Amino acid sequence: MEVSGSENSPIVIDSLVKTYRKNFPPAVHLTGRMRIGRGELFGIIGPDGAGKTTLFRMLATLVTPDSGTALIEGMDILRDYRKIRTVLGYMPGKFSLYPDLSVRENLEFFASVFGKDIDVNYGLIEDIYCRLKPFEKRKAGKLSGGMKQKLALCCSLIHSPSILFLDEPTTGVDPSSRRELWDNLAQLKASGMTIVVSTAYMDEADRCDRVGMMKAGSFLAVDSPADIISGFSRKLFSVRSDDMFRLLKDLRSIAAVDKCYTFGDSHHIILKTGIDAAPEEICRYLTVKSGHSGVVVKEIKATLEDCYMNLEER
Amino acid sequence: MREFFAFVRKEFLHIFRDTRTLLVLIGLPTVLIVLFGFAISTEIRNVNVGLLSSDGDLPVMRLMEEIDQSEYFTFKGSYPSEDRIEEAMRRGQIDVALIFGKGFSSRLYSPEGAEVAIVADATNPNNASMEVMYLSSIISSYFRDDMVMAAMMSPSAGYGSLVPNLKMMYNPQLKSSYNFVPGIMGLILMLICSLMTSVSIVKEKETGSMEVLLVSPVKPINIVLAKMIPYFVVACVVLINILLLTIFVLKVPVEGSFFWMILVSVIYIVLSLGIGMLVSAVVRTQIIATLICGVIFLVPVMMFSGMLYPLESMPAALQWFAQLIPAKWFIEAMRKIMIEGVPVRYVTNEILIMTAMAVIFFAAAVMKFNDKLD
Repeated sequence: MEVSGSENSPIVIDSLVKTYRKNFPPAVHLTGRMRIGRGELFGIIGPDGAGKTTLFRMLATLVTPDSGTALIEGMDILRDYRKIRTVLGYMPGKFSLYPDLSVRENLEFFASVFGKDIDVNYGLIEDIYCRLKPFEKRKAGKLSGGMKQKLALCCSLIHSPSILFLDEPTTGVDPSSRRELWDNLAQLKASGMTIVVSTAYMDEADRCDRVGMMKAGSFLAVDSPADIISGFSRKLFSVRSDDMFRLLKDLRSIAAVDKCYTFGDSHHIILKTGIDAAPEEICRYLTVKSGHSGVVVKEIKATLEDCYMNLEER
Repeated sequence: MREFFAFVRKEFLHIFRDTRTLLVLIGLPTVLIVLFGFAISTEIRNVNVGLLSSDGDLPVMRLMEEIDQSEYFTFKGSYPSEDRIEEAMRRGQIDVALIFGKGFSSRLYSPEGAEVAIVADATNPNNASMEVMYLSSIISSYFRDDMVMAAMMSPSAGYGSLVPNLKMMYNPQLKSSYNFVPGIMGLILMLICSLMTSVSIVKEKETGSMEVLLVSPVKPINIVLAKMIPYFVVACVVLINILLLTIFVLKVPVEGSFFWMILVSVIYIVLSLGIGMLVSAVVRTQIIATLICGVIFLVPVMMFSGMLYPLESMPAALQWFAQLIPAKWFIEAMRKIMIEGVPVRYVTNEILIMTAMAVIFFAAAVMKFNDKLD
């Protein structure tokens, strides 16, 4: 990881604010200055409506911010947006290739849009494109979701950008394709490309050097996944019983429980600060007082999602 | 420049891949031309003529033969009385009847003159008046020759009455296609150029590919210009198609200069492309673009271009409004060049106005064009 305070950070974001409609809360409301270092894989994580796409569009010079600014390779997104557009690779969330053109035609078109030949930067996309090669003549509209995303990635890479913006590239993609895509990103990062990627899946954040956890237009935390997790100091328990629905209600009624939320097939609870309890105590309480059967309580290590749920309240 | 051609190539691919739309674009003008040219014609055809003539007058029978030979009329036969003629007309056996007075041919050369009545079924007043006009022109021209001969033989006799000599300028056979062809051209070219371009640009906005294109070094205005070239080509193909159909199928002659006719059409095509570009710069969805081009532009083209209703009979306010319709100027210029065959200096007004309109539309579109999303 190369988080530099140096002047040549490829991306500097300075208190960007964007409101779409008057009397509406701003879609993006960032405070302070944030830098993304060269060769960094930066993840923006947050639920739908957190402002990820708007932030991307501002950085990609597609949307003008109300206030604040950002520098891309030292160029201002307001003044120098034309120049920025030559160094940027941008892949929007929506599938945005031409469904009536074939795989090869799409790639050729996007290469020539940037004045490049496919062969010049073929090395960069070879690992991704080799999976598409058998379908070269197929229309892009007839590809599967994962294949479409691979093609879109190829098209946004074909001009060898120094910075790559990917807006939710894994939404609507099957798990194995998602893994492949993250492997591809890791390779690109290794080649020195600065990559900013957004996702609504918390489990993907581990693949990033740093993540910015976004909620309602602003960052709740910006740090490496490991640091965010180690910064989580509270006790966390996972609770299961035979009647999960009633269990959630009962857990929330316990005074010592600060937060309780569903996490996969169990409920996670965080105790209020200053209160300590052993898992056995909670288990006994639930079995005796609330009459639950088959209660399993385990103390667990926090994941990023637990951190996010906890950060939310601040 | 290479980027630009890549765009143009892509647009052509879009058009050729969408065979159905392409077929409609090429087929629609063909169908319209054929429909307006043949089926929906205001000309009269196959009119059945009945005759009431008291005596087997030789000149009358020769006249009927001539009428029967014309492509509009068929001689159905003689009827003994006016009642029978009315009966035949009610039954639909005849549409029009000629009633000659007693001793018609002998009185023809007498100073009192002879009389013939033309009785027409006026359920369709348009047809009836046209039938009457045609018949009277045939009759008068037929007897004029006879009378001139008679007059030459005995100039002293002052017979022969004043016969009106009608002449239909530029369209002697009153063919409706003369009127419709320029109108259909105005309609179709506007449809292809403004509707198709604006929809195809807005489509890129809707599907999100515009986002990717904007975040590229290509000058955004080139994205739009590249869209126009293929539709310009399609419009030219349609133009040639219409002209070929007009000349060889409808047999409407091109009286004036071919060069100026094509030039006027090209100016109009560019003007329509400008409208499409302006629409695409303003709207965000395909459905709105379709509605604007389809309803706001096409309907006035039909109503106010003089294609269906003569402008002169409209209230002054609407006549003023009609001056704003680009198609009105195109249709007028085409009528003048194609049908009347006037030299180009009589259509300079139309050409200048259309050029000015094209410049305004393009300027507005470039000003309105946004190379960002908001």
